[in-house]
Amino acid sequence: MTNAPSAITVQSVSKSFGRGDAAIRVLHDVSVEIGAREFFTLLGPSGCGKTTLLRLIAGFEELDSGSIAIEGARIDHLPPFQRPVNTVFQNYALFPHLTVAQNVAFALEMQNLSAAEVRRRAGEALEMVRMGSFAARKPSELSGGQQQRVALARALAPRPKVLLLDEPLSALDLKLRKEMQIELKQLQTEAGITFVFVTHDQEEALTLSDRIAVMQGGRILQLDTPRTIYERPAHRFVADFIGEINLLDGQVSGPGRVRLDCGAEIAVAADQTPGARVTVAIRPERAALAQSGALPAEVTHAAYLGTATILQLRLANGAPFLLRAASANLPEIGAQVSLHLPSDALQVFAA
Amino acid sequence: MSATSPFRRAGLVGPALLVVLILVGVPLGIMAWVSLLGRGATIGVDWQSAPSFANYTKLIWEEDFDGTLLFNPTYLSILWRSVWQAAATTVICVALGLPVALWMSSLSRGARDIAVLLITIPFWTNLLVRNYAWLIILREDGAVSKAANAVWPFGPVQLLYNDAAILIGLVYSFLPFMILPIYAGFEKFDWRLLEAAYDLGANRRRALTRVIVPLAMPGIIAGSMLVFIPSLGSFVTAAILGGGKSMMMGNLIQLQFGQSRNWPFGAAISVVLLALMMLVLMGIAIWKNRQERKT
Repeated sequence: MTNAPSAITVQSVSKSFGRGDAAIRVLHDVSVEIGAREFFTLLGPSGCGKTTLLRLIAGFEELDSGSIAIEGARIDHLPPFQRPVNTVFQNYALFPHLTVAQNVAFALEMQNLSAAEVRRRAGEALEMVRMGSFAARKPSELSGGQQQRVALARALAPRPKVLLLDEPLSALDLKLRKEMQIELKQLQTEAGITFVFVTHDQEEALTLSDRIAVMQGGRILQLDTPRTIYERPAHRFVADFIGEINLLDGQVSGPGRVRLDCGAEIAVAADQTPGARVTVAIRPERAALAQSGALPAEVTHAAYLGTATILQLRLANGAPFLLRAASANLPEIGAQVSLHLPSDALQVFAA
Repeated sequence: MSATSPFRRAGLVGPALLVVLILVGVPLGIMAWVSLLGRGATIGVDWQSAPSFANYTKLIWEEDFDGTLLFNPTYLSILWRSVWQAAATTVICVALGLPVALWMSSLSRGARDIAVLLITIPFWTNLLVRNYAWLIILREDGAVSKAANAVWPFGPVQLLYNDAAILIGLVYSFLPFMILPIYAGFEKFDWRLLEAAYDLGANRRRALTRVIVPLAMPGIIAGSMLVFIPSLGSFVTAAILGGGKSMMMGNLIQLQFGQSRNWPFGAAISVVLLALMMLVLMGIAIWKNRQERKT
């Protein structure tokens, strides 16, 4: 997507844990190019291999096959302390016996910089995360959000080429998480380095990322911008995992037509072989209530959200359907309504 | 704190304090008193003699025929040997115990329990028996001795009845007391801290000195006290493996209460040993205090 050379090139990487018949393959031939200064997110449910991929880049695990390069130079044979990457750990892993300032200075001291230089750059890193006044504290005397900031400063202080973040916000409460999301994004722009971010929170991924790789079962299912991933999911799994979506099973009845299991026939903008089983997907905000239509439904529940109301509907075959509607002129619970599904809002996946 | 009344607290703590006072405080008092008395004719102590510090001055000075005091290094050298033997034992135990404890904490839960069991197994056998076992292992025509002599090019190797033999025996006896407290500290060790150290550019050696050792320090200090103090007062090992040639404080005390029948002098040496241990403990406490204030 950019002309800049790739910050990270992951090529045909496979990884298994365990030996022999008990071996569990956690990464299957994964390849990905991450651009310079990109905010890149590995998104997926737990066990999808996202953390393993991150740990392979950091050097905490060894590759079974494939290669990893940073700015064109292979690093997969190097020990972690010789790689130009730093990690922000899930539970921060701050050194409990060192002060905030000593934690941040750790990597700089490992580079054998002069004491004055160490102090200056550690101070800079702490200022960047607005923790300068906490320099003399111990990690145990800080709140979760403050520890998070120190962990960021510690990882950024040695000026790595790539910052790896392993679910860094998962231990924070919702409000703090939102604040830290904004700060993370600002910090990335300021520091001007590549961020590789691992999360299972799809909302976080959509908010922060330049590009997202959605992973499942050790493979990358889709790799694209947040917008494309949300609007044009390439797999049923991606559609289901990212945001809320209605998945309706049916059968292709003719060119551009699908007969849903609830009995209604709808127009779709996709070519599928007639007779094939398919799943039609539509976001709750893309469907609409209509005066009359081919898709009848009954209102079972309404959740008022302020800006909108989420209606829970039941189709003729009992399948549930979510609809996001404006909060004015809403039907009563129990009312019979008709649904309009615009064909450009529909995604069709082969079952 | 709880709302326990002072009376209730005194009632709860009182019995334990009383036991400590009667079983530890009183005997120590008697020992201190005896150390000031003279030697008895039949039993080891003359209760009627006038108290003096003669037994203490005897540790350093010798009375000449005309009453002048001459410096006598015999006892001081025994004291010195005891201190450095105990110190060397402690250092070797740290060097051996730290890696073992670290390795144990990396094992699976079941394997850890077995490792702890294996380390405590020697305690099922009497210390005396275990020291005699070393006598057999290290004896002149034993396999170890023969192998050492075959490999070592500079003259015959003597494994028994010297300071090295005592050191081997002491390290063997007290190593578990070093491993277990360090291991107890490592059991809660967060291994991601080690990954963090590597990630931030520390190689193995610096990860060890900058992260692992500082975090293991409470265990190392506890282990060092558990090893140093009993080593300083030990006498079985020196008597058996040292062949009675190189005497330690413990042997000297035993000698005074046994063959020499000079209880007051034995008591005086015991008091000195006790004072020495107190000094070490206080030194460690002061050092720890300063460390905590520094960071």
